[in-house]
Amino acid sequence: MPVMRVPPNAGAAQPQKMIHSLFLINCSGDIFLEKHWKSVVSQSVCDYFFEAQEKAVDVENVPPVISTPHHYLISIYRDKLFFVSVIQTEVPPLFVIEFLHRVADTFQDYFGECSEAAIKDNVVIVYELLEEMLDNGFPLATESNILKELIKPPTILRSVVNSITDYEGSSNVGDTLPTGQLSNIPWRRAGVKYTNNEAYFDVVEEIDAIIDKSGSTVFAEIQGVIDACIKLSGMPDLSLSFMNPRLLDDVSFHPCIRFKRWESERVLSFIPPDGNFRLISYRVSSQNLVAIPVYVKHSISFKENSSCGRFDITIGPKQNMGKTIEGITVTVHMPKVVLNMNLTPTQGSYTFDPVTKVLTWDVGKITPQKLPSLKGLVNLQSGAPKPEENPSLNIQFKIQQLAISGLKVNRLDMYGEKYKPFKGVKYVTKAGKFQVRT
Amino acid sequence: MTDSKYFTTTKKGEIFELKAELNSDKKEKKKEAVKKVIASMTVGKDVSALFPDVVNCMQTDNLELKKLVYLYLMNYAKSQPDMAIMAVNTFVKDCEDPNPLIRALAVRTMGCIRVDKITEYLCEPLRKCLKDEDPYVRKTAAVCVAKLHDINAQLVEDQGFLDTLKDLISDSNPMVVANAVAALSEIAESHPSSNLLDLNPQSINKLLTALNECTEWGQIFILDCLANYTPKDDREAQSICERVTPRLSHANSAVVLSAVKVLMKFMEMLSKDLDYYGTLLKKLAPPLVTLLSAEPELQYVALRNINLIVQKRPEILKHEMKVFFVKYNDPIYVKLEKLDIMIRLASQANIAQVLAELKEYATEVDVDFVRKAVRAIGRCAIKVEQSAERCVSTLLDLIQTKVNYVVQEAIVVIKDIFRKYPNKYESVIATLCENLDSLDEPEARAAMIWIVGEYAERIDNADELLESFLEGFHDESTQVQLQLLTAIVKLFLKKPTETQELVQQVLSLATQDSDNPDLRDRGYIYWRLLSTDPVAAKEVVLAEKPLISEETDLIEPTLLDELICYIGTLASVYHKPPSAFVEGGRGVVHKSLPPRTASSESTESPEMAPAGAPPGEQLDVIPTQGDLLGDLLNLDLGPPVSGPPLATSSVQMGAVDLLGGGLDSLIGAPNFVAPPAATVPANLGAPMGSGLSDLFDLTSGVGTLSGSYVAPKAVWLPAMKAKGLEISGTFTRQVGSISMDLQLTNKALQVMTDFAIQFNRNSFGLAPAAPLQVHAPLSPNQTVEISLPLNTVGSVMKMEPLNNLQVAVKNNIDVFYFSTLYPLHILFVEDGKMGES
Repeated sequence: MPVMRVPPNAGAAQPQKMIHSLFLINCSGDIFLEKHWKSVVSQSVCDYFFEAQEKAVDVENVPPVISTPHHYLISIYRDKLFFVSVIQTEVPPLFVIEFLHRVADTFQDYFGECSEAAIKDNVVIVYELLEEMLDNGFPLATESNILKELIKPPTILRSVVNSITDYEGSSNVGDTLPTGQLSNIPWRRAGVKYTNNEAYFDVVEEIDAIIDKSGSTVFAEIQGVIDACIKLSGMPDLSLSFMNPRLLDDVSFHPCIRFKRWESERVLSFIPPDGNFRLISYRVSSQNLVAIPVYVKHSISFKENSSCGRFDITIGPKQNMGKTIEGITVTVHMPKVVLNMNLTPTQGSYTFDPVTKVLTWDVGKITPQKLPSLKGLVNLQSGAPKPEENPSLNIQFKIQQLAISGLKVNRLDMYGEKYKPFKGVKYVTKAGKFQVRT
Repeated sequence: MTDSKYFTTTKKGEIFELKAELNSDKKEKKKEAVKKVIASMTVGKDVSALFPDVVNCMQTDNLELKKLVYLYLMNYAKSQPDMAIMAVNTFVKDCEDPNPLIRALAVRTMGCIRVDKITEYLCEPLRKCLKDEDPYVRKTAAVCVAKLHDINAQLVEDQGFLDTLKDLISDSNPMVVANAVAALSEIAESHPSSNLLDLNPQSINKLLTALNECTEWGQIFILDCLANYTPKDDREAQSICERVTPRLSHANSAVVLSAVKVLMKFMEMLSKDLDYYGTLLKKLAPPLVTLLSAEPELQYVALRNINLIVQKRPEILKHEMKVFFVKYNDPIYVKLEKLDIMIRLASQANIAQVLAELKEYATEVDVDFVRKAVRAIGRCAIKVEQSAERCVSTLLDLIQTKVNYVVQEAIVVIKDIFRKYPNKYESVIATLCENLDSLDEPEARAAMIWIVGEYAERIDNADELLESFLEGFHDESTQVQLQLLTAIVKLFLKKPTETQELVQQVLSLATQDSDNPDLRDRGYIYWRLLSTDPVAAKEVVLAEKPLISEETDLIEPTLLDELICYIGTLASVYHKPPSAFVEGGRGVVHKSLPPRTASSESTESPEMAPAGAPPGEQLDVIPTQGDLLGDLLNLDLGPPVSGPPLATSSVQMGAVDLLGGGLDSLIGAPNFVAPPAATVPANLGAPMGSGLSDLFDLTSGVGTLSGSYVAPKAVWLPAMKAKGLEISGTFTRQVGSISMDLQLTNKALQVMTDFAIQFNRNSFGLAPAAPLQVHAPLSPNQTVEISLPLNTVGSVMKMEPLNNLQVAVKNNIDVFYFSTLYPLHILFVEDGKMGES
């Protein structure tokens, strides 16, 4: 549980707004990067974080807001790294958390991965980026398009050039003001040019669901996003319309979308950023619209006063709209007293990690003629009481060419430019947090 | 080739080598050297010794090198103030550069150099940049004013930068507007009295226009600023709400939550009959739910805020129960918050689902979560009467699992259920008694003992059960000891013949062998009661208990209203007012929800309940554990409620005095007569607060503490001058803390609410250390006594005479001003030195 300690008043501190410092910490607890936007805060402030981390046991359970006698620590956990920010006064925590995620996104974007190695290899760029992203605690430039004009990402070519030439004139810092920075479309850089003009949209829907023991749905909703990859020259103005826009009543938009057009005509009208970005995310929750594409038959039982139990699960297709369900994986956190499992899958392969007690069954796809199943014995610690809790099954799957909500793009129109772009829309449905209780 | 090479060191000594490279003639070598320096900085190594060498590299045409040097400067300028002055010339020059990027870079960096000596050199360049033709430079300069203000506020004021900043709110570029707002808000935060952000319909309009065009971060600043504005009537409130609602669809969750704050606050002004009010309610639900599909850290903050929102306006999310269902792999901090909200949303309509979920959770692995789930089942039983039976049977099922902590939690909540529904579920007592031996936590033991005592007449072996606890009496925690004492007295009153010995035993254990004053006092009271008037004893101890309220853990309404104004902030995460934890308690302005003001043709009467708890919605809350009177009558030990500080109304004082006299004689005089039993129940209905325990504090305080001289209260503000509010008061200093003791009397004919207090700047920086909290509305002819804690960390300004203090007091009627002189001795610390001045 988050520490609810109220720090004592610490005398005359300077008013410090927003993010004061940032520490990057890896899973073994090493602070491998620190950046201060105001005065230097000692690393020792992270001790409070480590204390909380120890208490939480699991890295995922570290509370995101921690108070210390003089500071607050607001942190996120991404890609096995902790981004720990230090703040000193009342700052909206969501603001900080959003910003930290944006920092992680930017690293991902620049270096292809957000890892300790990548950050250490590019530490100077990282520093320049952080300085560009935040001024006095106020976010300055966080749009990838703008940042890339100010600070060029490392490329293999540039690294080669840097190492063989005399460096003169080669620099990773842009020396002119990014044009988009102040226009009304700060997300797009100017002077974009492509020989092949393309606009691709991925409609990705994830089903979050809790299915109870008896197989009925306790809770289900669809989390959808439309991710775009836009490579169009000049200043294209796009309109994306849907066959059934009424499905979208709970949406979050990228800032480029004109809200008024959506309100009045249910059309997404926008001048896109250049490159990859998330156009909208949406949620469909009304129960009758959320189809559940798979069912699981399960029987997991532990005998009283015996050191074994039985495990038997079978997966089958349900409302799958005639499409193939593939990429199925079942993950089960078995109770602590389970020592080992001796199972036989009819298809795919399974592993059981006796340390973490995680059972993973990689199923593959379902062929309706022969439903995949996994059966066998569970060995328990002898003498231990029979486990009280029954494990939940976590299911992953994927269905290509289907948006389970039924959302369909009608058409994409482009204004403002003369060329004819390639256009494409892809649909995919996946399991999000899809849990079956047993 | 990667930057990891910059981390390699040689044997000669890194600093030495870097120094040589920094002074190299070759530009490239220099740049590489600076990169190495920066790399060292990123891992927290101290490379400040290289300051002069790095600063020497500053004069360069290479933008990357310049940026790197600036990065270094910002980190170390403070530790090398004399050297930092070397950089000034370059800054001045760079602010004239034809490239706006360089001008902005210079103005940005120089503001980060927190060195007093050089700030005055920076004023001219800054002034130019604030009027720069390029908006990128202007927006950077706006932030620089805030930085400079932080270093030297007076300088910024003298140079007129604040006015320039205010002008920038009307800038043509939305980004400049957003930054100007951000800078002004930051400055205003450190000067709550200054009227920097003078919000009026015109400036609000400008902000709303900029809102649509600026970046997501700018939108947050603008929305937070809008939230501080109080529209003049419901029409204006509605029109602002209409322009803010599109922000609810923003991808940035911080924008969404700031928008929610504005809407929640302004909604207060809208009439519930308005169609728009309903529309707005409907619009608020989806974005709140969407926040729950974000990353777990965002979910956590969102959930803490949703917890406030459902307490204020449960109707918004009443149909969204399911999104709060817990997934087994949610982080624990998310699970616990979700559970809390589930109970708040539980109603007759959804109770079946909720119970099924809770039962599921009670078999999970995580102990904290399971405990809370079990407790939640009990809370549901209390909240939704129709479900009580199902809850009780669920709890019994859980007790059968024999999992130790589940059993203990279940017993604690069953006791509450007994309180709520007396004489209904006593059939389960037998099952509970079976588990007596497994209880090892004080709270569960105390709960069990309470049950045994309360139902002693129906439990055949009650005396044996209680006797078994008595063996280890001195090893029990106070909570259990007190409970055991009371339970045995109850047992004695119910079955006097068989238990005489037992009661003698416990009374002597409590009064003679214990060094806990609470226990001794309670023991003596019972003893005297029993020995003088057993009938009265019966009437007191076995008196009918008031029912416990439906909701527990509710945030007290005035605090809730204040927290609604702080949605999205740390205060909302901690559920504490900002004044409770912002560093130094400096300059926190109290925010309150705007009163509902009807526009001219609306028929609503103006004296309708404004902000705060409307009368009639007063919730009686389970008394706190420390409540002695509650303990005495064995009211219960419900979960602690955030207690109101230090305010005791005169009504309560009366009751206290009455009992107080009795108690004094009880302890002192042998010929004690029990206080008339009737007075006790008569006062039960009144919000007793911590009346009795205060009494003990008071008496012991007078007896033992030689507190400093306290002047008698003088009338500071006569009722004539303040539309019926009379304020008299004095200053005290006790054990190092200063307080202002106020007596507020309502001599008007209408109820007064919404009190707040503020001090003008004064010679010693005296400022309230906590908000002025008057809990119940002050009805006509009522008087309250309030002790307002003060500190000396407020803004300082010399007054004439020196100890003059100007005070503003606000209530729902108006704002009133008065000034008074405070005795200087309250500033002196007890050891003879002057306190912080």
